[in-house]
Amino acid sequence: MEELLSTFVRSIFVENMIFAYYLGMCSFLAVSKNVKTALGLGMAVTFILVCTLPINYMLENYVLKEGALSWLEPQFAGVNLSFLSLLIFIAIIASFTQLVEMVVEKFAPALYSSLGIFLPLIAVNCAILGGSLFMQQKAFSNVGVATVYGLGSGIGWLLAIVGMAAIREKLAYSDIPKPLKGLGITFIITGLMGIGFMCFSGLNI
Amino acid sequence: MGLLSGKNKEVLVGPLSKNNPVIVQMLGICSALAVTSKLEPSIVMALSVTAVVAFANVIISLLRNTIPNRIRIIVQLVVVAALVTIVSEVLKAFAYDVNKQLSVFVGLIITNCILMGRLEAFALGNGPWESFLDGIGNGLGYGIILVIIGFFRELLGSGTLLGFQVIPQAFYDFGYVNNGLMILPPMALIVVAVIIWVHRSRNKDLQEN
Repeated sequence: MEELLSTFVRSIFVENMIFAYYLGMCSFLAVSKNVKTALGLGMAVTFILVCTLPINYMLENYVLKEGALSWLEPQFAGVNLSFLSLLIFIAIIASFTQLVEMVVEKFAPALYSSLGIFLPLIAVNCAILGGSLFMQQKAFSNVGVATVYGLGSGIGWLLAIVGMAAIREKLAYSDIPKPLKGLGITFIITGLMGIGFMCFSGLNI
Repeated sequence: MGLLSGKNKEVLVGPLSKNNPVIVQMLGICSALAVTSKLEPSIVMALSVTAVVAFANVIISLLRNTIPNRIRIIVQLVVVAALVTIVSEVLKAFAYDVNKQLSVFVGLIITNCILMGRLEAFALGNGPWESFLDGIGNGLGYGIILVIIGFFRELLGSGTLLGFQVIPQAFYDFGYVNNGLMILPPMALIVVAVIIWVHRSRNKDLQEN
């Protein structure tokens, strides 16, 4: 229980996907123009992270890792398939995104049209693959922790993009040097927010 | 049409400045920020991405008439993932230390938006040779930005370049101190913002309203 809680808090604040690792930056910059779409994309990303991390965790521990196949037959104990992990992870993520897209299109057409192009783009959001790769690196003790890590990372990403969108909405009224307008000032604000989030990095949970 | 006729030259040179993937098209920013605290990983990352973009472009361009439209994203991802796996194994074999520093970011080349962007926007509609040039051009355009950021961050942050001491000891004796903030991730964003600022004040047509 303690591990679950600390993983959750760490993944939201200390190891925030955007401010600590810069993952999912492209869609973060492109979609943070207003709060409503930012919220929609953030929720979609959280959902996909929560779904794919446990699946990838199982695959990693029961198929890909060195000796992971020994539950099938003892003689497979020496097999190491970890070089396949990139391919397998991205295949799971891409097919899951396609699946979610179809489900949403069928059962919630209103949500589908408001998310539009962003749904398929989630497959190439670095935050999702990054979540799986960090999960592989951190070697969590069980599938529950991996799921919680996915949930926390997603919520951290959601908080960041919604905050950014809110700031950019207000920014429309301020007087910025012309060459800095748009992309430039967004980078600077993200940098400043990142410095703010660094104060969590000393946190020991 | 020659191998390097006017249009092809534009395809190769355009992404270096006017159409730069990082600072104009806003693609591939994640890795541009995360790996640039030192010059060496920046160069390795730039070369890896260039190789993967160029070859992925060629492969997709050769397959472009046989891929069904509905599943093209999965096909593209599989091609890219296979190439990235090769790059990652090569790096592990020949540049183990750099590979350690890059950690998950080698794997994340797969989801580098430059790749998907170029595959979708260029390779699906053009022949293999143009796509190859486009890949090289975009890879180098990305590389230039990475090297500039890496150069400034390493020079100002630790006073070295490629691991060699550049700022003389005499400076430190007079009280010069390395700016530790430059090594921290948020400064990468500010360096990129400055590059954008300079670039856009020189190319007025890129400014946003």
